[in-house]
Amino acid sequence: MSENKINLKSAWDLAPSLESTSLINLKKQYELFIGGKWVKPSSNKYFDTNNPATEEKLASIANANAKDVDLAVKAARKAYDTTWSKLSGKERGKYIYRIARIMQERAKELAVVETLDGGKPIRESRDIDIPLAANHFFYYAGWADKLEYAFPNRNPKSLGVAGQITPWNFPLLMAAWKIAPALACGNTVVLKPAETTSLTTLLLAEICEQAGLPDGVVNIVTGAGDTGAEIVNHDGIDKIAFTGSTGVGKIIQKAIAGTDKKATLELGGKAANIVFEDAPLDQAVEGIINGIFFNQGHVCCAGSRLLVQESVYEVVLRKLKDRMESLILGNPLDKNTDIGAINSKEQLDTINHYIKLGKEEGAEIYQPEGKLEKKGYWCKPTLFTGVAQSNRIVQEEIFGPVLAIQTFRTIEEAITKANNTPYGLSAGVWTDKGSKIFNMTSQLRAGIVWANTFNKFDATSPFGGYKESGFGREGGLHGLEAYLSFEN
Amino acid sequence: MSRIEVLKTYKMYIGGKFPRTESGIHYPQLDSKGNPIANMCKASRKDFRNTVVEARKAQEPWANRTAYNRSQILYRIAEMLEGRKAQFIEELMQMGTTKKQAENEVFTSIDRLIYYAGWADKYQQISSSVNPVSGAFFNFSMHEPTGVVAVIAPEENGLIGLVSTIAPIIVSGNSCIVLASESKALCSISFAEVINSSDVPGGVINILTGNALELIPHFSTHMDVNSLLYCGNNKKAIQLMKENSVTNLKRIVVKKDIDWMKDENESPYFITKFTEVKTTWHPIEKIGASGSGY
Repeated sequence: MSENKINLKSAWDLAPSLESTSLINLKKQYELFIGGKWVKPSSNKYFDTNNPATEEKLASIANANAKDVDLAVKAARKAYDTTWSKLSGKERGKYIYRIARIMQERAKELAVVETLDGGKPIRESRDIDIPLAANHFFYYAGWADKLEYAFPNRNPKSLGVAGQITPWNFPLLMAAWKIAPALACGNTVVLKPAETTSLTTLLLAEICEQAGLPDGVVNIVTGAGDTGAEIVNHDGIDKIAFTGSTGVGKIIQKAIAGTDKKATLELGGKAANIVFEDAPLDQAVEGIINGIFFNQGHVCCAGSRLLVQESVYEVVLRKLKDRMESLILGNPLDKNTDIGAINSKEQLDTINHYIKLGKEEGAEIYQPEGKLEKKGYWCKPTLFTGVAQSNRIVQEEIFGPVLAIQTFRTIEEAITKANNTPYGLSAGVWTDKGSKIFNMTSQLRAGIVWANTFNKFDATSPFGGYKESGFGREGGLHGLEAYLSFEN
Repeated sequence: MSRIEVLKTYKMYIGGKFPRTESGIHYPQLDSKGNPIANMCKASRKDFRNTVVEARKAQEPWANRTAYNRSQILYRIAEMLEGRKAQFIEELMQMGTTKKQAENEVFTSIDRLIYYAGWADKYQQISSSVNPVSGAFFNFSMHEPTGVVAVIAPEENGLIGLVSTIAPIIVSGNSCIVLASESKALCSISFAEVINSSDVPGGVINILTGNALELIPHFSTHMDVNSLLYCGNNKKAIQLMKENSVTNLKRIVVKKDIDWMKDENESPYFITKFTEVKTTWHPIEKIGASGSGY
């Protein structure tokens, strides 16, 4: 059999097709964006942001401390009291539409910077991250003057100042998920991007300037976890929106327990991608690949557990390995690249730790052949077979291109295994039988269920988890609720 | 010769049965003059843990009932309560409520059950959505019950507080464990008798009696409780519950200063507080080279 196999390894040698970086114009140093102005950090401290594919420095980023966060919160409060809450929904909406439009105009530049700063393939930042981010602003702009229709008889009111903390896996997209609904609902924001990927959020601040957004409506403070903690603990914040790990989410929830701050938490996941014997197997294999290797597996809703019905296990595994052979790992700026760089050294260490753990737990590892660049942070697409439900690589979120494969015989077994984690963010089901799909989708305890597809996102589609994957929804009509207070 | 009255033993309601507390400890239910009129069970941590097991077992089958069926069962509770209203009025009066207030509370409770019975097969229709995603996908969001919900019922009311919290929680398919008002506990166990004869499957509604402050640490840390409703004003308790909720990210719902007798405190949005939004995606086949597939 193997001698008849098409040699797909030659695909690794496709001629390079690099996206040009000539149209971007990064500054050497980025300040904090507070009250509509670029402000030096009071500590005068900066940190580097690097290209994870080359380990080269891209820019210096201001490190915000308690004093800076306080300034930002006060600027946001002032903007809320004096301008933003006084504007009609229609006028608010028009500002948000402007942001969406300028994002579309600067899309290529944003895509290139996203890829340089975060390591994700240009194909993804160009086709998914940036267009979706613009779509979120466009979608929520239209809600600004229609909130009473979303919540009839409830007299929706804005909350005030929202403190928002975003992760490094979809930097600009997550900023859009947070800022767009907050502004549409009449709130002002103080947002902290993840420290390894601040650049596109800072470009978004530039876009807010270009759009003429009133000073202080959007404030960006850069820094690491301690900057985030200052936001969470600031008395002037009315609402916390956090996307990140379940561990940090729990710390935040505990920190605000004694306050009246509202919170939405979008946390970790360990999604089961379930393939039945009657599934269209080639499509399913594409879905499995997209489910776990999209964005190097740095996806909270990644399909990191594959459950295959025993009768088709061999064939699915063979197809999966074949498909993995053809994945192109390398320069994220190359338009042919499928798998880019791991976001940071720290994350690469975490992933490698889990890969080691998987081997120690007795699972069998598979990685395609091919060399990795010496410079930069890379991880090959990885499969583990022969894993047990109790294995840590089955239970814990790895946040990398590592897939744990299990089998099942009956629907009940698939459901039990799928639901058997503390998480409940997403799940996938592959079968050609409609009634089976709805049986599965109704029994899977997860906020998003993809049937015969995976890792699809949309501005109109609510996203968020069950159980320890957090609470609250982002996106769609339901995403408005987190930024409003109601009479009943 | 006057007849010796038979006094009632008030037990708890767990998994469709009426057991005594395993703790063997009781506390007196007092009348308005401070005289003891009954011995109420003082639920322990172990009672609570046993109850969670029953509530968990009952939850999924209950959620899998049709909405129409759940609606009829809630209506049935109202019917049973209507038939026994005299007993509840008497019990409320025993605990210090005036006759007029007691009647009002019982009637409002019956009406509230009917109000929520009506929502069972309707609340989805006003809160779900079909989402017009930009792609060839059918995408919809709907509500599902959160799971097992623990409730610290309002202390001020013996019956309406119980009904106003239980009905919106179970109507969507949750099961619940309710700690009744400590000082007005008589009705809670009589209400359990109503529930027990209303086709509500055992374990869907469980009623404990005892001390809230003693049980809150257990209610809020239990790993198999998905959500916790607290009706009250104790700031310290609220903070403790929220801190403890991180163990399994329990959804904490706090209802402060609510006059449960008022109609404004019944709402479909109270139902959705104990639900999770699930979004489902499915591709739409594109037949032919162009044009909408839908």
